[in-house]
Amino acid sequence: MQALFIIIPLLAVLILNLPFRKSYRRIAFYLAIVVTFFQIAMTLTSGFMLWINITDLFKFNFITQLSIDLFTLVVLFTIGLIAFVSLMVCRFSYKKDPFNFINLILIAMMGMNGIVMTRDIFTLYVFLEITAAASFILIAMDKGIEAFEGALKYLILSAVATIFILTAIALTYFSIQSLNFGDIGSYLKGLNGRYPPNITAAVILFLTGLSIKAGVVPFHGWLPDAYMSAPAPVSVFLAGIVTKVAGVYTLMRLTGEVFNNIPFISSVLMAFGALSIVIGALAAIGQSDFKRILAYSSISQIGYIILAAGIGTPLAFAGALIHFFNHASFKSLLFVNSAAVELQTGIRDINKLGGLAGRMPVTGGTSIVGFFSTMGMPPLAGFWSKLIIIVAAWASGYYIYSIIALLASVLTLAYFLILQRKVFFGKIAEGLENIKEANFGLSFPAILLAAISVLLGLVFPFIIYYFQANWLLKLVL
Amino acid sequence: MKDILIMIILSGLVLFAVISVMIRSLVKAAIALAIASAFLAVMIFILGAWIAAVIELSVCAGMITVVFISSISLTIPLSKEEVAVEAKQRMSRFIYLPFILVLTLAAAIILWNSRLINFDFISALKGTQVNLDFSAQGSAIWDKRSIDILGQVIVLLSGAFGVVVLFKERNQK
Amino acid sequence: MILDLNFLIFAAFLLLIVTGIYCLIATLNLIRLLIGLEILTKAVTLLLITSGFITGSIAIAQSMTITLIVIEVVVIVVACGIVIGVCNHNKNLDLKNLRKLKG
Repeated sequence: MQALFIIIPLLAVLILNLPFRKSYRRIAFYLAIVVTFFQIAMTLTSGFMLWINITDLFKFNFITQLSIDLFTLVVLFTIGLIAFVSLMVCRFSYKKDPFNFINLILIAMMGMNGIVMTRDIFTLYVFLEITAAASFILIAMDKGIEAFEGALKYLILSAVATIFILTAIALTYFSIQSLNFGDIGSYLKGLNGRYPPNITAAVILFLTGLSIKAGVVPFHGWLPDAYMSAPAPVSVFLAGIVTKVAGVYTLMRLTGEVFNNIPFISSVLMAFGALSIVIGALAAIGQSDFKRILAYSSISQIGYIILAAGIGTPLAFAGALIHFFNHASFKSLLFVNSAAVELQTGIRDINKLGGLAGRMPVTGGTSIVGFFSTMGMPPLAGFWSKLIIIVAAWASGYYIYSIIALLASVLTLAYFLILQRKVFFGKIAEGLENIKEANFGLSFPAILLAAISVLLGLVFPFIIYYFQANWLLKLVL
Repeated sequence: MKDILIMIILSGLVLFAVISVMIRSLVKAAIALAIASAFLAVMIFILGAWIAAVIELSVCAGMITVVFISSISLTIPLSKEEVAVEAKQRMSRFIYLPFILVLTLAAAIILWNSRLINFDFISALKGTQVNLDFSAQGSAIWDKRSIDILGQVIVLLSGAFGVVVLFKERNQK
Repeated sequence: MILDLNFLIFAAFLLLIVTGIYCLIATLNLIRLLIGLEILTKAVTLLLITSGFITGSIAIAQSMTITLIVIEVVVIVVACGIVIGVCNHNKNLDLKNLRKLKG
């Protein structure tokens, strides 16, 4: 089944670009929607023997190099979901021909599926580069000067991060000639604390490269510009899943399997995570562009996930995984709302907007769900994941980090209240009296994501009780 | 004899890389980069990876130079007055590079000779007999790392879309 | 001075890295940024092949190098496309003019 996640989008891209492709352009959107449905369905029904029997027909050589466990399954489901939302936003709000966008989204999906399914360091690099190349082109699609500037900044920093990662791979190759996660992990464990200089340099360079790709403070310089200057459906896709899979998933997987919780790495990750939470929240308060506030809020939430990944206990890892999924859903929801606002009013500056909740009730309502989930208000899903992270930090003895995470929620409350009051509530700004609600294509993904947040929040205690948390967490590791 | 050959090739590589940074004209910088790629290809061949040497020579020393020169001709150069003004400021920034390189070389020699960093991981295994057999090297690419080849196909597809999106002029403005 | 093969290659690698990073920091021309990235990639290619040669398994290192070259070509082509697009808007290749997005 693993190969299907890469083969199906590849077949879709090839079909859409065969000769006589004029007639395929009209079905491009529907074919891409079918591919995302396939991905969601395959992850939800992964226990069925049907998939295993199909792929036994084709004996692909590389099937043995891909593997799926529970962490991978959750991330694959998230990729399918956010790709579906992004395709809907593109179809109903992007004014130009969406054919190139659809192809690039399929290629980025292939790249991200490869990242989460591989267990090999160099294959990880290859699929990281596929995702990055597709992202550069997606950001620069509108060909405006701001889009080019954001794409160029992202490109230069991503290329520097690639150089770091490759140097780390080459330095590791000196000591152990295998590129497998398991082999490198057991070799590092066998060294028992006495690391030769090339391994130390390799670990530091690897972490630096992946932190640049994840947008962790202090390497976050490219993130607000890239999110802000991209067209609306691309921002939904980037903020929802690309940065998280390329940076945060790889950091979590590597610290779990390869580096095996070396204490130095854990403390560095926790420090970076706490720094991201605070600086992201502080920087978001003074901004005046809707998408920029959401970008700094993303930095802050990614800080929570990195903090939990640094703590290392099974409870913290479960909190990181659940916050991963929650952040994908509520951040994409907020970006869909900003796309709706931008489509209907053409303005992104929050000082010029006001009182839109009366005119756009669906957008206003779903944005309230998104904001409260980010702030960690019960009974929404964001509350549970933040609670687990704070409790895990307290239980492991890191009281300071726990208090920082708790206080940062107050900062989150502050900037989101400012945002809500200026954009959706308050007096109607001049010139905006006859704004209508966005069309159904934009409202449907927003309602879907809001419903997922609410349902997950309500059902969560039963999930924990039913699966008896130990069993779930044992599966994850 | 082989050591002197390797020393010449490596110093040629570094020398032409430095030239491509410090020279003012962009076209000459691209050509210097091509010559540096050629030196690197010879070095890779000496170390035994002859398939990679051929690909490095034809792609990096050939295709990337063509891409650079065509993108230089598609962009607008500076006018004559701006060139004169910029030349003086430019030299004041780039003049530090040779000194920094000499300092780095001295630091590397000191670090290597002193026992500060343990470089045992390198001299533990010396390079064995180079295997110029095609089937052994070919099977490593096709059998053991076959998923990388799938990744190359996908990245080339995305590169093709990049060219279509970025380079194609739309009729409506 | 030691004419040891290992020392020579490591010295060349370090010098190339310093050259590439200096070029990225000090240049004001967009295309020279890409030349700096290319020099860094050459340094990493040299290190990768050396690690394969020294440890005796040159075949896997060679396949890594081939994949690396293919991916670098795609990244450079996309970067050149973006640089040409910037130049069409700004009418020159100066890095100081890319100041539209603050912070």
